Amino acid sequence: MSREGILIDTPYERMTEKQVTQIHQASMEILGDPGLMCFNRQAAEIFGDNGAEVSSVTTSDHSCWLVKVPEKLVVDALDNAPKTVKLGARNPDNTLVMNGEVPRVYFISGSETNIWLDVDFPTYVKKSDPSAEIQVPEFHPRRGTVADLCQSAHVCEHLETLDGYIRTVNIQDKDITEDNKDVNKFFASLNNTTKHVMSGLTNLKQLDNVVNMAKLIVGGEEELKDNPIISFITCLVKSPLQFVEDTTDTFIEICRRGLPVVVSSSPQAGSTAPIKEAGIMAQINAEVLAGITLGQLVNKGTPVIYGSVPVRARMDTLGDSYGSVETSQYNVDCVQMARFYKIPNYSTSGVCDAKIPGQQASIERLFSDILVTLSGPQYLHCAYGLLDCNSIFCLLQAVLDDAHFKMIKFFLRPPRINETEITEVFRQIREVVATPQKLYIRHIRPVLRSGEISMSYPFEGDGETDSVFVLAHERMKELLAKPVEHIDRATTSKIFNEIPGLLPRLNVYEEGR
Amino acid sequence: MSEDIVAALKDNVIQGRRTKDDEGIEEDMTGTPGVLELIQEALDRGIPTEVIITQGLTAGMQVVGEKFSTKEYFIPDMLASAEAVGAAMDVLKPYLEASNVETKGKFAIVTVKGDIHDIGKNIVSILLKGAGYEVEDLGTDVPTEKIVEFVMEDHPDYLGLSALLTTTMVVMGEVIEALKENGLMDKVKVLIGGAAVSDEYAKEIGADAYCVDGFDAVKVLDAFQGTKA
Ligand code: B12
Repeated sequence: MSREGILIDTPYERMTEKQVTQIHQASMEILGDPGLMCFNRQAAEIFGDNGAEVSSVTTSDHSCWLVKVPEKLVVDALDNAPKTVKLGARNPDNTLVMNGEVPRVYFISGSETNIWLDVDFPTYVKKSDPSAEIQVPEFHPRRGTVADLCQSAHVCEHLETLDGYIRTVNIQDKDITEDNKDVNKFFASLNNTTKHVMSGLTNLKQLDNVVNMAKLIVGGEEELKDNPIISFITCLVKSPLQFVEDTTDTFIEICRRGLPVVVSSSPQAGSTAPIKEAGIMAQINAEVLAGITLGQLVNKGTPVIYGSVPVRARMDTLGDSYGSVETSQYNVDCVQMARFYKIPNYSTSGVCDAKIPGQQASIERLFSDILVTLSGPQYLHCAYGLLDCNSIFCLLQAVLDDAHFKMIKFFLRPPRINETEITEVFRQIREVVATPQKLYIRHIRPVLRSGEISMSYPFEGDGETDSVFVLAHERMKELLAKPVEHIDRATTSKIFNEIPGLLPRLNVYEEGR
Repeated sequence: MSEDIVAALKDNVIQGRRTKDDEGIEEDMTGTPGVLELIQEALDRGIPTEVIITQGLTAGMQVVGEKFSTKEYFIPDMLASAEAVGAAMDVLKPYLEASNVETKGKFAIVTVKGDIHDIGKNIVSILLKGAGYEVEDLGTDVPTEKIVEFVMEDHPDYLGLSALLTTTMVVMGEVIEALKENGLMDKVKVLIGGAAVSDEYAKEIGADAYCVDGFDAVKVLDAFQGTKA
């Protein structure tokens, strides 16, 4: 019933047990001193009511509280937080079941870039030999639209390795406003993929519209509890150590409704976190634990996910450097911390610094994809198609990433060495050495189509031309031409009747579509 | 009924099944008659060997070739089919001789003196056998005199030389010289192949053709057939 993902037998870990404990203790100490600056009144009250030391701090323009979280609150919260979190899906076969102690990795897209990258292939003619032509990919950035989001969900539905969908592109159509953005992005995603849909929320006022939409799809409130086809990601803590006002409200409301939510923190080593590993780790861990604690205080037992998007600063711009080697180290460390707490983990890989698909993009993303996968995060935001840190999404790149995850998954299969196999080995060897040709080729066939052996790189060109992009683009078009199972007509019309703000052009059953 | 057997034969060539014990590409074929069992049945029923070959074996290989060029089939599939056809040809050989049906010709293949690489040579053998040629494999590291002797006594229509080393490819030239000295060069067509050699090299030493791989060899030989007729 649930997706298989890939189970990592022996997860790769960087820190020793002692170092894990050291980070844990350091985080606990940080939560007590200096504690967190809290710009959200509700949160400060909740912490205060539950025994945290809360004092009002005067700033010129904001109400703010200093919250010192005692270790006991955190430990209780970690006890109360579910160790298994289920993320549902329109197609129940796409359910994700994440157990904090089991390193089963699911591969997830995301997240929300402003720029969508189109690609075409103009023909170039060689100056010294005009009969020689090649096709060169040209990339054209533009602002993302809701149609793009539909397209990306559609392709992601068909990407074999992709287990869950985080919206890839920020919808910036003229008729999208702060008030209708959430319903449209959730509808566009849900209507084009039957996999799990996770998203951030733009406007808290839209939360109930979004939740009601999900209820209509699954058939009611209980059904949604049982099969949470949507979940949320919230960055309620801004590094260093600050509960922000609006997202914390959103987080609290999601917890009250008992829907799965990622407590995500994204410190940048060098600017918003210490540059050294021990520093960023102690801080991000404190930040995530603070969020998890708040969630459990709001609603004991509400499903939360340990969300980590740590990144190192670039030295030339102080922008994020997802492509840096340290970024992978931090993510692997966070996976280990979450496993220490037995809470399912959301980690990041695959985001690259490169601005277009190409050699740099491939190297940066594969480097982190392989390493972070090996560490065994349950929910790996491996960012199919993401480029330029978090700014650009390219569907062609997502198709390439899918091929690369197939390779990674293949590699991670456990070895098949057992008595039956060894018996078969004797049979084959004795048979083949007795033949004049001494070739094992005829024994390839039984495994050739069984999926037991890997195939050549799917976008390999003929001869000496590198046709990777052209072929991946063909594949992308094939996937777009494959149908997707939309939400049925009756439910769609209910949704359009009951949920305000949906763009009529998203109704696939309306005329002209 | 006899049409059914020939059709089943063709199908089993496509499936690459020599005998009933072989798996095919489609599921659940193990246990059903393979090419060898079907050939026997066809012969027992008195179906003419020509029909067996053209409408069963060759027609099947034709489909296999098409599937390979559309990338539905891989080399192991191709070889399995070729092996099945090769085994069938062995069974048919005495009948062909008796009924005076001409085979596509006799092909001798060898890895030259000093060279022990034989994977490529063996693949070429299987494919050519599967394409209907009678193949005689002389082995690896074979002295030039032995090759000449064989050509003189056994009169193969074609001689294939394989060499993978830059040090042994020169031996191919020596073989051709020796054939010329013995007045055999116009009696046998010499094909060369292997990683070290090339089209230019074939011309340089006076070989009749260079083949990149086994499929190329089938094409080249079939083209020679055309000129023969
Ligand atoms: C496998 C291999 C071996 C195996 C051979 C096993 C065997 N049973 O054959 C072993 C390990 C034994 C071996 C040994 C050596 N090898 Co070696 N070997 C190779 C290798 C990696 C692959 C060859 C192969 O089987 N390819 C797969 C088959 C399917 O392809 P193929 O042989 O090219 O055949 C196809 C076509 O060429 C064509 N074809 C071939 N022959 C013919 C003939 C005819 C008539 C036709 C029509 C077509 C045709 O059709 C075939 C099917 O499609 C090559 C690398 C390469 N690039 O070729 C080196 C290579 C040929 N070996 C090399 C060397 C140096 C050696 C050794 C000298 C190493 C050593 N120092 O001991 C020894 C040689 C020993 C000797 N006296 O021959 C060098 C040769 C360099 C050079 N100077 O020429 C190569 C090129 C590797 C390299 N780059 O260094 N080798």
